[in-house]
Order: sequence, then structure tokens, then C-alpha cells
Amino acid sequence: MTQLATTASVPAYVLRLADDALILAQRLGEWSAHAPELEEDVALTNIALDLLGHARMLLSYAGELLGGRTEDDLAFLRDEREFVNCQLVERPNGDFAATVARQLFFAAYQCELYAALGESADATLAAIADRAVKEVSYHRDHAVQWTLRLGDGTPESHRRMQAGVDGLWPYTSELFESDDLLLALVAAGVAVDPVALRPAWSGFLGPVLAEATLTVPETTWAPSGGRRGLHTEDFGLLLAEMQHLHRSHPGASW
Amino acid sequence: MSPEHPTPRAVLEKVLDPEMPVLTIADLGVLRDVREVDGRVEVTITPTYSGCPAMDVIRADIETALHAAGYPDVVVRTALAPAWTTEWITEHGRRALAAAGIAPPQPTTQGGGPVPIALSVPCPQCGSPDTRPQSQFGPTACTALWVCTSCREPFEYVKAF
Repeated sequence: MTQLATTASVPAYVLRLADDALILAQRLGEWSAHAPELEEDVALTNIALDLLGHARMLLSYAGELLGGRTEDDLAFLRDEREFVNCQLVERPNGDFAATVARQLFFAAYQCELYAALGESADATLAAIADRAVKEVSYHRDHAVQWTLRLGDGTPESHRRMQAGVDGLWPYTSELFESDDLLLALVAAGVAVDPVALRPAWSGFLGPVLAEATLTVPETTWAPSGGRRGLHTEDFGLLLAEMQHLHRSHPGASW
Repeated sequence: MSPEHPTPRAVLEKVLDPEMPVLTIADLGVLRDVREVDGRVEVTITPTYSGCPAMDVIRADIETALHAAGYPDVVVRTALAPAWTTEWITEHGRRALAAAGIAPPQPTTQGGGPVPIALSVPCPQCGSPDTRPQSQFGPTACTALWVCTSCREPFEYVKAF
């Protein structure tokens, strides 16, 4: 990898991956004791725990590259504009069907991403991705089963599942956006080109949505900006809840 | 080697997994390497799942066990690669799981295919192959919930991974 890539842009890229995992873990954790059935309470929080595990490894690595910052510094002491997660993961949970739709879109993306990142020239990223890809394949499978069950279920479950797909679909375009940082890191063999992931992602989702009798909305609206620190209104509230304890009691530990 | 002063490896082969205490960390395949360098014991472990909350406990248990056995200088390192797989659970570990009513993992599938939930998992209670998955996510990160349709008992299954 080039010296330029090593010094500046690798931690910025690692933070994007870390923030996606951290913020989705926080959202899924909100389902604890609120899921429609006990098994789903356990499932969604297990998925959150996997994502939190990825986030901790990635944040620790980013902190190391940035020099002397810990995973806690990065998770709890950055402000809204410093987070570079995609907007999809910060969207409020909505009902269970909306959460399933988000899980389907995002886990399918992460499966492709981590499979490719396992080949990264950055050995730490490759090792984290190799571990994570098997975990997110379970997340994707979980989302597929619920998408089929709800989409091709009762009129009410179908209506809700379709509403979840309609509401979140526009946010998926941001997953596949590239920029100068990514182009440089792709050239260095460190990062995965998100544009190249889209065909496999679409190829996976198409048959699932069709079998679930769901349709993709026709829209050109494509919200964006998460990678540049621009977030939706709900994100500040999420951060307030996630960071409150650490900021109110600096240095507190279990 | 006198029994009063077992080797570091012998000490660590008795440390139990905190979440499935019928298994040792050696049975589980988490204990990857033990070596003594200039009086210091260097231990390498590999996490099962990325978010496994047992890893911190395992790390502390390793230090406690070695300190108690007369090894004051201990370093525990975590190696992510190669990634842990249920193939690393020993034959002894698989028998211990089954004896405790936890179904051991089926062989993992190769080639990046779909998650292997279609494979039959024999009931650890009655041995019947007539079982079904209840939830892929169980009480610990590495287990799924299954139900036996013959004897009606629910059971945990260590997911092939």
C-alpha cells in the first residue's frame, strides 16, 4: 500500500466500517425486551452483539492508526458530524417489518463487502472481515426468512413489509457511492470498491423480494451524506442515548 | 515434570469455557498457542465470535490459573487469523457437549453456500433425527435453539461455523 494511503486515509475508511456496525448495533439493541416474540428478542440482540464486536475491533484499529485513541474515545467522545456511518443504519427502527427490511438490505451488503474485504492488502482489516463474513451471513439468512414470512404472509404483514421496503429503499443507494478516499484506497488494494458490490447485492435481493411478493419502489430520491458526517435528525437522539453514560461519568467501568 | 508443578499448557488445558463449562478452552479450540519465553508464559487465544462476551472472562481465567500454578509473568494475546471454526472443537469436546445435552456442530459447508440450516441435527436427548430449528440465535453467540419433534425437548445446538 502507498505511504499516502497508510498515513491518512486508512483510519478514515476503518471508521466508516466501524460506525456502520456500531450504530446498527445500537439501533438493534433498542429491540431488547420489545421484539414481537422472545426468540426475536434473543436474535436481534445477538445480531447487535456481533455488530458491536466488529465495531470494537474496527474502532480499536482506527484508534491505533490515529495514534493513542481508544475504542471508547471514538465511540463516546465524537460528535454527530464526526460520525461517518451511512444513513440507513441510523434510521429509527419503525415496526418489526421495517427493521427486517433494513436488516435485509444491510446484511446483504455486508456479506458482499466482507467477502471482498477478506482479500484486503491491510492484514488487520482482512482478518476482521474473514471473521465477520460468516456472522453476517447468519444475519442475512435471518432477514431473508422474515422477509419471506412477512411479505408472503397475511395482508397486514405484507402491507407492513412493503412499507418497510418502500421507506428504506432510497437509503440503500448511499451504500454503493464512491469518493476520492475510496478510489485511492481501492487502488492501494486496501478498500473494497462499493460500486462493484451492487450487482451481486441486487442479484441476491431480487429473487428474495420476488418470492416475498414485494416490489422495489420507483424513486429517484437518494439521500446521502453520512460518509461526510451529514446525518438525519434522529441520529442526534441516538447519540445522546448511546453517549450519555460515558460523558456523564468519565472513566466509569463495570 | 513433577505433578506439583504442571506445565503451563497442562494448567490451561483445565481452564473451562465460562459459557459452556462442560468444555475446556482447549476442547473449544480457542487456546491456540502456549510457550515459555525467558520465564514469561505467552498464551495466544482466538475468539469464537467477534462479539463473544466470554473472551474477557477467558483472558482473566487464563491469568488466574497460571498465577495460581506459580507462573507470575503471563501475557495473553488475541489472534484473529486464522478465524475460529467449529471444526476446531475436539472429539473429546464434542462428546462432552452431547453428554451435557448440547448438540455438537455438524460439519461446516464449503464454498460460501447458504447457511446450512437444512441439515438434520440429531436430538442430544433421544437421538432422533426428527428435529427442527426454532431460532438461529440462542442463549450464547455460538448456539442455536432447536426442538426435537420426537421427544419434544428443546435443545441448544452449536452452530456449524
